[in-house]
Amino acid sequence: MREHYDVLVAGAGPAGLAAAQAAVSHGARVGLLDMQARPGGQVWRHDVRLPAAPAARQAIEALQGVKLLARHSVVTAEPSALRVETPTGSDLLSFGSLVLATGARELLLPFPGWTLPGVTGAGGLQALAKQGWPVAGKRVVIGGSGPLLLAAADTLRKHGAHVLGMHEQASAATVRSFAWQLRRWPARAAQAAGLRLRLAGVPYRCGSFVREAIGGDAVRGAVIETPHGTRQVECDLLAVGYGLVPNTELAALLGCALDEADAHPRVRVDALLRTSVANIHAAGEACGIGGLAVARIEGAMAGHMAAGDVAAASALLPRRDRERRFGALLARHFTLDPRLRELADERTLVCRCEDVALGALAGYDDARAAKLATRCGMGACQGRICGTALAELGRFPRGGARPPIFPARLATLAGLADFSPDDARRGNRP
Amino acid sequence: MSAMVRLTVNGQAVEVPAGASVAAAVAHATQRFRRSVHDAPRAPLCGMGVCFECRVSVDGVVHVRACLTPAGEGMQVITDA
Ligand SMILES: Cc1cc2nc3c(=O)[nH]c(=O)nc-3n(C[C@H](O)[C@H](O)[C@H](O)COP(=O)(O)OP(=O)(O)OC[C@H]3O[C@@H](n4cnc5c(N)ncnc54)[C@H](O)[C@@H]3O)c2cc1C
Ligand code: FES
Repeated sequence: MREHYDVLVAGAGPAGLAAAQAAVSHGARVGLLDMQARPGGQVWRHDVRLPAAPAARQAIEALQGVKLLARHSVVTAEPSALRVETPTGSDLLSFGSLVLATGARELLLPFPGWTLPGVTGAGGLQALAKQGWPVAGKRVVIGGSGPLLLAAADTLRKHGAHVLGMHEQASAATVRSFAWQLRRWPARAAQAAGLRLRLAGVPYRCGSFVREAIGGDAVRGAVIETPHGTRQVECDLLAVGYGLVPNTELAALLGCALDEADAHPRVRVDALLRTSVANIHAAGEACGIGGLAVARIEGAMAGHMAAGDVAAASALLPRRDRERRFGALLARHFTLDPRLRELADERTLVCRCEDVALGALAGYDDARAAKLATRCGMGACQGRICGTALAELGRFPRGGARPPIFPARLATLAGLADFSPDDARRGNRP
Repeated sequence: MSAMVRLTVNGQAVEVPAGASVAAAVAHATQRFRRSVHDAPRAPLCGMGVCFECRVSVDGVVHVRACLTPAGEGMQVITDA
């Protein structure tokens, strides 16, 4: 099936929702796609037990007139069109202009034991709990870096988890300086204060990180490095995430230039969010980690731009620049302790899809050679986990995206609208 | 309390709130979602469709990301661990 949209928005997080709303306000025919089953992205992910934030509810209700395309994964791109896989088939969505609002994922670093069931990302466990994952009564240790640790702890506690502690790798002095700077963003400062209040009684340890996960068939405990030495705790779930990295695979596939100054690329845009490819704009975390407020403002700007209203987009510029400064503050304060890059030993698996240990990569200095020889990065996640981790560890720069950007069924790639149940059952994949 | 959805995981009956994911449903029955190429048990890592550690079979369709799939009434989910 082929459908045409004047404006197609990829990603239905806060940025994509704002983009769709802005574009439809100009009378454009707008499609908003996401691989998730519901709109909201990461921060506004639907929670099976708790009510949605008012802002999230409003943003989703404001979608009147927008065609919401849930459970649509973009797998390949054609000129002015995206091929998407749906639960029952595949569609080709052509567009006049495209807004990339693909957001961010968590930075997950390998450490001994991290492949044990029960070890997840920090935002990862938060996302799972919102999906109904049973955490009530479970003892949870949270580790990693950044404000997401607090947000995750808060959600997990609301779902009945017993959070034993949060281990922030940044030093206490750094975290204090961050909290002090936060006063220039009163809404954020208030949010942070509320979080700290609700989490009073949950230990928040700075300069502290998870060194190892312990267990046989599943995690049973964690070894934690603190400024006062190493200690071991028992737990049922271990949630560790080191901040966020932009999802740039779709942008790269479309030929949009990336900004590769850091270990983790972001989509390069000009002041009005134009990418290097005509008629493609990008907004939100995909252009660099900036938080919810940036995502909403940039989404609206990109939606106006995609619908051709440069003036409406320009009017939002000052607010956007102010909010982007918060992203810079985050990056400055939560830089990673070099010891975290040494956690994985020779036997620690880095590529979880193909079970490739760090030691197997010795002697290779580029990702391609290592991949051909060891299969590192050849599995289903296509290097999203290991490639990102190895870039952070300073081993290999991130490789480019090649189609399909998610494993796809053969029928999808062949461009067939619907495939037979037999094809799906066999899980036909290239 | 919201409506509940009933499904089976490896033949075992499981009940989850409407809107829950297949990953959440599986977690009620087992922590083992798939077997790695070296036969180790694996379970969800990212919770958001990126890592592919949560793959299960749903109604005969293999390699389905459980964290992206809403649990449905009467679904039959099989894990590989
Ligand atoms: C796990 C997690 C938890 C977070 N929790 C919080 C929190 O509690 N509080 C907070 O302030 N911030 C939180 N953040 C930060 C958060 O990312 C931002 O504040 C905000 O969600 C960014 O909005 P966005 O629209 O740019 O991207 P996102 O919200 O990340 O939305 C991007 C969307 O694009 C979709 N997508 C990406 N690629 C494709 C593709 N190829 N095909 C189809 N769909 C695709 C994704 O499924 C996703 O829904 C969290 C981040 C993560 C990763
Ligand atoms: S848990 Fe990572 S893809 Fe489902």
